Amino acid sequence: MNRRHVLGAASGLALALMLSGCGKETPPPAPKAEAPKPAPEIVVKIGSVAPLTGPQAHLGKDNDNGARLAVEEMNAKGLMIGGAKVRFELVSEDDQADPKTGTIVAQKMIDAKVAGVIGHLNSGTTIPASKIYNDAGVVQISPSATNPKYTEQGYKGAFRVMANDVQQGKVLGEYAVKLGARKIAVIDDRTAYGQGLADEFEKAAKAAGASVVGREYTNDKSTDFRAILTSIKGKKPDLVFYGGMDAQAGPMVAQLKSLGVKAKFLSGDGAQSQEFLKLAGPAADGVVASSPGLPLEKMPGGKAFADKFSAKYGRIQIYAPYAYDATITLIEAMQRANSTDPAKYLPEVAKTSRQGVSGPVAFDEKGDLKNGPITLYQVKDGKWDALETIGGPAPAAPPPPDQSAAPTGKPAAAAPEKK
Amino acid sequence: MDIFLQQLINGLVLGAIYALVALGYTMVYGILGLINFAHGEVVMIGAMVALSVIQLLLGSGVALPGPLIVALGLLVAIPTCMLLGFSIERVAYRPLRHAPRLTPLITAIGMSILLQNVAMIIWGRQYISFPALIPATPHQVGGATITDLQIFIVLLAAAIMAGLLYLVHRTRLGRAMRATSQNPEIAGLMGVNINTVISITFVIGSGLAAVAGVMVSAYYGIGHYFMGFTLGLKAFTAAVLGGIGNIGGAMLGGLLLGVIESLGAGYIGPLTGGFLGSHYQDVFAFLVLILVLVFRPSGLLGERVAERA
Repeated sequence: MNRRHVLGAASGLALALMLSGCGKETPPPAPKAEAPKPAPEIVVKIGSVAPLTGPQAHLGKDNDNGARLAVEEMNAKGLMIGGAKVRFELVSEDDQADPKTGTIVAQKMIDAKVAGVIGHLNSGTTIPASKIYNDAGVVQISPSATNPKYTEQGYKGAFRVMANDVQQGKVLGEYAVKLGARKIAVIDDRTAYGQGLADEFEKAAKAAGASVVGREYTNDKSTDFRAILTSIKGKKPDLVFYGGMDAQAGPMVAQLKSLGVKAKFLSGDGAQSQEFLKLAGPAADGVVASSPGLPLEKMPGGKAFADKFSAKYGRIQIYAPYAYDATITLIEAMQRANSTDPAKYLPEVAKTSRQGVSGPVAFDEKGDLKNGPITLYQVKDGKWDALETIGGPAPAAPPPPDQSAAPTGKPAAAAPEKK
Repeated sequence: MDIFLQQLINGLVLGAIYALVALGYTMVYGILGLINFAHGEVVMIGAMVALSVIQLLLGSGVALPGPLIVALGLLVAIPTCMLLGFSIERVAYRPLRHAPRLTPLITAIGMSILLQNVAMIIWGRQYISFPALIPATPHQVGGATITDLQIFIVLLAAAIMAGLLYLVHRTRLGRAMRATSQNPEIAGLMGVNINTVISITFVIGSGLAAVAGVMVSAYYGIGHYFMGFTLGLKAFTAAVLGGIGNIGGAMLGGLLLGVIESLGAGYIGPLTGGFLGSHYQDVFAFLVLILVLVFRPSGLLGERVAERA
């Protein structure tokens, strides 16, 4: 009697867990994906993959919301593609920032017959997943994967809307030396992104004449860095560089300070977030971090986007504008090709030339963003202050406003002002 | 030398926190033979509740000294976690007490996932920062720095552990706990109310977890729904290292693990000439664990006990 009771309870709980696991982000796919021709409306699925749970969930949700906003806006326009009214449906999946899960989720996307994928967030998940998308012939645009390998694999359908780490590492390395750093300690989180960025930084800093006195490592789940920071302290560097995300960079800066290390702290786009400021607290002051792209307030459609976004989802973390741009780029390519078949609209993605909220979006032959600018920021009084923007497109004629998804007029007027 | 001393201090503080969490694992295992994988999540809930209270107090504009605000947060977090621990046992483990051993283990993992997701719904995916209420004034000790907070964490952990040892070895309740852990049936026949003893064990363990949670979030300045996972795993390792089921063992295991990790991360690179870097720090901690399990399967302080039927 008791035993049966127990079994019932256990299986009930297991069932509840399974159900909650399934129902979390993806509503069961609508069975009418392949609707017959005469249907008045077709549903086109667009995948969005980012870590929605785990230590980077705040960034993942940010990307997901960026893509969601774009899909909702495009739906509101009532687009016609191939003679049918199209409704886009965002299929969100959680890759937990884990490469292994990333490939499983990628396969799930293929099985759900998505027309294109926005994602993933991390380089470590984007690179292995890109093979799966490529094999299935699905177009993938990553808003935020910056590791150069992603677009070096020769996959036709792999794009990104952000400058890569070769460019970013170079800017950071040269900036470190410009600050007067001679002895540099480098830490990375052993992910494809962190390691890649740290390596590029190290190369550039050495080329500019600095020496690397310590190379330490952590992981993307840690909060305790006192051991490696103590060992760095012994080497007396005048600058510490971290390749990794905000959840580690924040506590790291605070711990560095509590150990009495006076060295400057420099990091990449993973740390250039609001979350970093909160986590580092007063220790954040003076920290410099780079981010591909322009500062939000200098983005052609930045202000309007920020208002729209925060009205719905709250504060922008880092990459939401890029996820938004990536999604619009994908949908507009479908529109131009008059097809939602990846094989047909892929050439149109490659030909993209549009004014996004994050800046002009155009791809080179590898799928990298053409002329991606990189901006350096410094924390002043608890806020990120843009120091300087390096690279970026030459001031071009304002793009045709009807290409842009942002409210017309305003972005076109704002564009020539910068640089 | 000052670097070595600094690493030792880092390790001891980390170890004190591990030890507090490990106690929760080991007490439950000692009495029920169950590994309560949801324990790390109780630590997280403790930290999050305290953070919420602290933010509420700061937001209300009442001028209170920083340490007092933290203490108030802790005072709310402890009973909350105790209640949570009590309910977890009542809902998830008690109905399964006579089920095969694998069943409660799976329930424990399920409970852990459940609590994580509930916390994600309540507190969101954002990191919550712990305001700098306890001044982190560094003191110089032989070239190394130690902050007030670090001293406080170690002292509080030591006091709690001493109190726990007293409770288990010197009081009637402690005697009942030890009797239950040796043989629940016979203890029941001798007039020990086993259910009460087990509930109290969970309640005490969860109270310790709340303290550890507040310590961790104050120390690292961070609170997140995911924070209990890694911490729980490390503390579990510490408990096994010291001999799971043994209270002194959990303390020793926690401190040892903290120091091994800290020294490991600090010295692997220089010792191997850069061949192995600090990313191998966990390898060393777990290597020690494997060695202990191979040569002393019951842990450093654990006694070899006959397999319970």
